[in-house]
Amino acid sequence: MIWQFDLFILVLLVITALVALKVRDLLSAAMIFSIYSLLMCLLWAEMGAVDVAFTEAAVGAGLSTVFLIATILRTTRRTTD
Amino acid sequence: MSDVLTFIISRFNYWIYIVLMMIGLYAMIAKRNYVKKFIGMSIFQTAIILFYVSTGVKSGATIPILEHGHDIGHAAAAINPDHYANPLPHVLMLTAIVVGVATLGVALAVVQKVHDQYETIEEPEILFKLGQE
Repeated sequence: MIWQFDLFILVLLVITALVALKVRDLLSAAMIFSIYSLLMCLLWAEMGAVDVAFTEAAVGAGLSTVFLIATILRTTRRTTD
Repeated sequence: MSDVLTFIISRFNYWIYIVLMMIGLYAMIAKRNYVKKFIGMSIFQTAIILFYVSTGVKSGATIPILEHGHDIGHAAAAINPDHYANPLPHVLMLTAIVVGVATLGVALAVVQKVHDQYETIEEPEILFKLGQE
């Protein structure tokens, strides 16, 4: 585990988490949440948990983004918070 | 004083896990939109999974796959567990990821049904419409 790389990705994770919750457009929030999942997958691959990393890449970044986009397209895209 | 500071700085990753967890908890409590609430729930889950996976890390270790595992004869006697990351938390958290996505899928299906009935996914508006009935 390289601590510089670790710290860099962790800071990016906090930033993407905050932006995903702050942005007003729900479709943007879904895409930024997908970036968050992909960064998390990178962190796990770096920690030596390759099985968890590719499950997260397929299921977390892929499938849950599809679920979110499907829900947003069937309901509404705008929000007040 | 400097001991306390070293204690805090040397465990910076745990502090960031706690920050991520609290971001998720804040979103679940304070956000009014249901999709935002569920994004917060996913952030909360992944932060906890990240904490558990990080407990399996050893310094100088590689991924938990045996080198030369196919020729069992001489290699099996020379396995040193210090050279491999601990795979037990990985296996447990693999289940947790799948459960998290299943939870998200069911929650979003319920959000769609709520939108069919109330024409909105904002919690205060739904509570207002419930109060009118």
